Amino acid sequence: MTTVVNQSAPGGAARQAAGLPRLLPAAPEDLHAHLARYGPAPYRNQPGALIADVEASGLTGRGGAAFPVHRKLAAVARAGLRQGRTVVVANGAESEPASRKDELLLQLAPNLVLDGLQLTAEAVGAAEAHLYLHYAPGPQILRALAERAARGLDRLAVSITQAPPRFLAGQEAAVVNRLGGGPALPTFQPPRVSERGLGGAPTLVQNVETLAHLALIARYGPRWFRAAGTAAEPGSMLTTIYRPDAKAHVREVAIGTPLRTLLGDGAEVSRAQGAQGAQAWLVGGYHGTWLPMPDAAGITLDNASLRRFGAAAGAGVLAALPSDRCGLTEVARVTSYLAAESAGQCGPCLNGLPRIAAALAELAGSGHRRRTVADLKRWSGLVEGRGACNHPDGTVRFVRSALVVFEPEIRRHAGGRCAATNRRPFLPLPDGLPTSEEDWT
Amino acid sequence: MTERLRVNPIQCVGHGVCAELLPELVTLDEWGYPIVDPGPVPPALDRDARRAVAACPALALKLTRSEEPARSG
Repeated sequence: MTTVVNQSAPGGAARQAAGLPRLLPAAPEDLHAHLARYGPAPYRNQPGALIADVEASGLTGRGGAAFPVHRKLAAVARAGLRQGRTVVVANGAESEPASRKDELLLQLAPNLVLDGLQLTAEAVGAAEAHLYLHYAPGPQILRALAERAARGLDRLAVSITQAPPRFLAGQEAAVVNRLGGGPALPTFQPPRVSERGLGGAPTLVQNVETLAHLALIARYGPRWFRAAGTAAEPGSMLTTIYRPDAKAHVREVAIGTPLRTLLGDGAEVSRAQGAQGAQAWLVGGYHGTWLPMPDAAGITLDNASLRRFGAAAGAGVLAALPSDRCGLTEVARVTSYLAAESAGQCGPCLNGLPRIAAALAELAGSGHRRRTVADLKRWSGLVEGRGACNHPDGTVRFVRSALVVFEPEIRRHAGGRCAATNRRPFLPLPDGLPTSEEDWT
Repeated sequence: MTERLRVNPIQCVGHGVCAELLPELVTLDEWGYPIVDPGPVPPALDRDARRAVAACPALALKLTRSEEPARSG
């Protein structure tokens, strides 16, 4: 159902310059093909040596938070000097249901991710390496691990842990809890997992795409990495794109690419292909932000540009909502999913999210009560900043931006009308909501 | 030295004792959970703040010197 769009296969070192894609080959690459293209992982043979290159590259985390990678590496390495033992985790629990990029990356280039995991392990002096996934590991991953073991390539054995398919299971503290044998639930921080994580050891949790970029930075250097992207936000990123006229696809793009290039201009699409145009863009997935059209039409995919609209690139989920759908119905569906995905640990989230979801369902119907929009705004304020994790804040960002962007539709619905002509759901959700609140392991 | 009140939202179950003992800095939301003034605790309220911390049945209220945000990425 998800397809990958590649302009060309990644090239070798010489051909690689600024060219994209850097991470995704056209077909899964086994160890033989990986070594032919890249050679073995370039260990530095000195803990910490890689961190300066990562800092110079400007690499940020590709799991959604865009935190500078070198700072996390340095924090874990430093804490490790005090405590004697550190742990590294490749986080592939792509819990956002609309994101497909990490899963595809692990299918196509598992060895790049595993190289990155070994190199970060060396950089922070780790004694333990984990791969954390929200599904049973696919054949490409298992094959890559077996082939690497047979060749004796890896300095650390990698153990695989399966996470529950829950939205919050990839959150850093939840990852550490699950690896420790507990439920995949967030905890109240500090201490951060980089100070005290798995079994008390400073723990580096890094998204799998981040590790793949790092494996290339270790080979080709910071200047090569900075040949794509913007000066403030260098490099490329994987995106999962939903357009009215196409199936969902994963695409590696330079940071700073115009959103119009990725999501299309609604009018153009409908003229050229007779297909539906777009009425609004969603950037950053279900913790992301709805952008109004046409105001946002000139925006680019980098946080400096997105910030002007209160948005962030997140984990690269981009959607152009077709103009024949009801934005309110889509927002209500997704929000009831998010409410069901609350860990239920913090009072404001536990109480607020279901009320917010119910109010949105009311708006998506016809003839809502006069106070419903005011209730929504008040509850949004009450949950924001009051959780142990960022789930309430992300949900509120999604909801508040929807209230602005779909305001005309709210007025139509108040009068018993709806502009949609197509009732088929557009934004993807997992089949069926979670069956039990305890389903976290 | 300035200290701030912080609630551990996982431990808090909304007893509301803090809002009774320290209404100047703590109010309750419509579900009974505390909304805590994020600023430094004024010296005049220092004793009341300590009393509220000690009285929390869930041990969820803390005085902290850390200015680090509570959240992970």
